[in-house]
Amino acid sequence: MEQNNKTTTTTTHNIGIYLWIWGLLFVFSTFSYLVDWYNLQGYLRWSLIIFFMLIKAGLIMAIFMHLYWERWAIVNVLLWPMTAIGVFIGIMALESEYTFLTRALFFVMGG
Amino acid sequence: MSEIDISKLPKGGKGFMHDFADDQTVFKGVPWGKAMMWIFLLSDTFIFSCFLISLMTARGSTTAEWPFPSEVFGLTMFGVQVPLLLIAIMTFVLITSSGTMALAVKYGYERNRKMCGWLILATAIGGLTFVGMQAFEWSKLIFHDGVRPWSNPFGAAQFGSFFFMITGFHGTHVSIGVIFLFIFARKTFRGDFDTGRRGYFTSMKSDYKAIEILGLYWHFVDLVWVFIFAFFYLW
Repeated sequence: MEQNNKTTTTTTHNIGIYLWIWGLLFVFSTFSYLVDWYNLQGYLRWSLIIFFMLIKAGLIMAIFMHLYWERWAIVNVLLWPMTAIGVFIGIMALESEYTFLTRALFFVMGG
Repeated sequence: MSEIDISKLPKGGKGFMHDFADDQTVFKGVPWGKAMMWIFLLSDTFIFSCFLISLMTARGSTTAEWPFPSEVFGLTMFGVQVPLLLIAIMTFVLITSSGTMALAVKYGYERNRKMCGWLILATAIGGLTFVGMQAFEWSKLIFHDGVRPWSNPFGAAQFGSFFFMITGFHGTHVSIGVIFLFIFARKTFRGDFDTGRRGYFTSMKSDYKAIEILGLYWHFVDLVWVFIFAFFYLW
């Protein structure tokens, strides 16, 4: 198996791209902090939080973790399992709403 | 056996089919250590996801008022109440250390021993700063505010257990990363990656690829913090 270890790509990228991404991460972190600073509420707050979070996560994974330059085989193996997490989030969101409902009913009506 | 030139292989979707239909390695151009680190990080993603999904479930199902993180983690600076001040600084420190790590990987592959070593050291110091500020945050919440895993003065009792579990597990990851960063800084400065000196634990030859693998772990720690910052502190 020794031979396979030598097939890695050792091409390096221009320093500029790392500095750019670094700067962008600072900017987007500031934006997400400003969401709290200006005390935005409701759907605007939640959508902005998720938007900035996904951009930051995407930049870190694509550039800092070099996933953008990897072959599709490993990219797909790593990203498809995330859909299971998405399904799990959906299931548990329903579950928590149901639990809240039964609790509210119990506290109001006394069971 | 000849080496595989991955630049000659089909790319994209065709490359995906080609690599998976191959009778040898699937992850072409990926050293086994890197593939294993990615698979470990995938499993770690599931662990952190379970924590954050539990947080969502508990917060969504409790009838008690959930503490407002903006105030709980706010600090009073010069008589002004600043929301999430420490958390924001911790976020910037971690992003900074992620940036130095990315550059360390780059200089490692360029076999620039000194730059690589200093950048790894800077990353380690950034991580140490983060853990230090987290220790301050914990002690403030425990000793000053009286937050416990079973109760807290701000609202829903579940808040404390989720805070200690999620940030504690992340802080453990950072601490382990810092230890490895210091070890790797020493190995880099000593020139292990240039001479191919054998490692103490693994007795395998040192290679600059190991720095990219360490970098993957460190970026993952930063990545998890992005999600914790969004879902625990900002939500």
